[in-house]
Amino acid sequence: MSTVNLQISERRAQRAGGSIGRRSAGLFFVLPAVSFTVVFFILPLIFTVYMSLHDWPLLGDHKFIGLDNYSALLSDRQFWNSLWFTTRYTLLITPVIFILAFVLALLVSLPLPGVGIYRTVYFLPVVIGLGSSSLLWVWLLHDRVGVINAILTGLGVMDRPIIWLADSSYAMTAIIMSVVWKTVGFTMILLMTGMQAIPAELYEAAKVDGANYWARLRYIMMPLLRRTFALALILSVIGSYLGFDQFFIMTAGGPQNSTISVVYWIYKNSFTNFKLGYGASLSIVLLVILVILSVIQLRLLRDETSY
Amino acid sequence: MTTSVSAASAPSTAHSRGENRLGRIAFYIVCTALAALFLFPIVWTAISSVKPPPEASAVPPTFLPSRLDLGNFVKLNEYGRGVWNYVGNSAGTAVMTVIGATLLSTLAGYGFSRFQFRGKGLLFVMILMTLMIPFQSILIPLFLILTGLKLQNTLFGLALVYITFQLPFGVFIMRNSFDAVPREIEEAALLDGCSSLSMLYRVMLNIVRPGIITVGIYAFLNSWNEFLAALIFMTKETSFTLPILLTSVRSGYYGSIDWGALQAGLIVTIAPCILIFLLLQRYYISGLTGGATKG
Repeated sequence: MSTVNLQISERRAQRAGGSIGRRSAGLFFVLPAVSFTVVFFILPLIFTVYMSLHDWPLLGDHKFIGLDNYSALLSDRQFWNSLWFTTRYTLLITPVIFILAFVLALLVSLPLPGVGIYRTVYFLPVVIGLGSSSLLWVWLLHDRVGVINAILTGLGVMDRPIIWLADSSYAMTAIIMSVVWKTVGFTMILLMTGMQAIPAELYEAAKVDGANYWARLRYIMMPLLRRTFALALILSVIGSYLGFDQFFIMTAGGPQNSTISVVYWIYKNSFTNFKLGYGASLSIVLLVILVILSVIQLRLLRDETSY
Repeated sequence: MTTSVSAASAPSTAHSRGENRLGRIAFYIVCTALAALFLFPIVWTAISSVKPPPEASAVPPTFLPSRLDLGNFVKLNEYGRGVWNYVGNSAGTAVMTVIGATLLSTLAGYGFSRFQFRGKGLLFVMILMTLMIPFQSILIPLFLILTGLKLQNTLFGLALVYITFQLPFGVFIMRNSFDAVPREIEEAALLDGCSSLSMLYRVMLNIVRPGIITVGIYAFLNSWNEFLAALIFMTKETSFTLPILLTSVRSGYYGSIDWGALQAGLIVTIAPCILIFLLLQRYYISGLTGGATKG
């Protein structure tokens, strides 16, 4: 790992004798960033663990209750519903993003004039906030003033407008549609960068051996893209698991609490019900789940690099 | 790093000239159709925002505005303290975040790249590790800390948090930028009697400027667009940032939603992001791919 390398090279440099003045200067340069990270990240992180062991209302005294929050969490039906909902959302949206991003990446990697413009256009929604894009789609999807219903009924696809976000059978589709629009360009660029890193000679050699386009795609590009896939997959899965804006804004968790994601449930407990200790225990559980998910994905995609 | 595509970066499809030409036509048709789909929501919002207010909320929606009208923006301005207050909040937070994040990242990047000191590796890993921990999981204590420091509902407090969220990416990018500067340049300056600080200021800063711009763009966009932390920390209506203002426009006064004002608000919120991205695209993408290929 790079940490080890860093420490080794550091020791070597110290043995070689960096001057004392330069040593304290280095610390001076990194100190502001380190202080910020400690005060606004490391301490809050430790504090989250501490709070999760307490009954901690917003006002009034908190008291130590050991692991009670965690055992309460096990029998919290809405927590399990949220966890299942978030998992389902992640399982549904990830393949959509990946298939679309892969096709887009193939298209915008072609050496044709004007391809850069398409790349920019597909990427454009990425720079808009998820909050703004969710609000934009609330309007687009509205049953009366929304243009999507107007187009679909105008084309005769449907008889009457759908109330997308208030209907549990359509809400998931609608949210996925809006988030895919906003985020697919990000995965596209990651995959495109990976594709560009593959040496052209490999394709040439395969071509000489008579491999057609699909064979080159399947047997050269796909295996060599494994690392890029791993990175893109982890970022995409983590992003989906941490989803909040889209659910808070588009459905407010409805209908019948069916679209409350895990982060949304943490938010509700902490800042609507003011059960801060319980919210903290939920946060720790989410953190552990995410770390496990990342490790599993890394393993899955690393073990098969025998090409 | 550039994003230009070399001629053979993907398995090319061409076999014969005829097939090549048909393929090209198909490519442009498909790509243009997709581009229209991707652009449609943004363009539609822009068109609708300049319709006269009744048309902006028409059922069913009308296509082109009958005349250009800024009425929706006027109505947007009637929410809370007026739209400039909220543009000011968002811009103020973003400017502080950009300054703080670029300053801290540049200093730390320089320190990690060019100096040896005790605990260097550990401190570097500590800063980068925060990238693996979602900030969503530490918002509760952050809320208590900001309240304790009397920084709740202040732009400064929100910016402090945003700066911290920006550091792992910023320090990583800046350390790489400094690593790429040849040692000879520094040694020459050292011989001329430069101190470390004046060397950073006079010599290095110009060379690592692309990295600083990259960090600045990400700091701006993330601060401008962030929703959850702003929702939690900014509870007073006067301190809302733009995304939070938009949700209150969307909930509407007296139960009816002013769609025209929402469209105008969306344009005010989205336009700076798109503008900055189009102007500084190169730096934005280099941040993304730099992180992707090395991370």
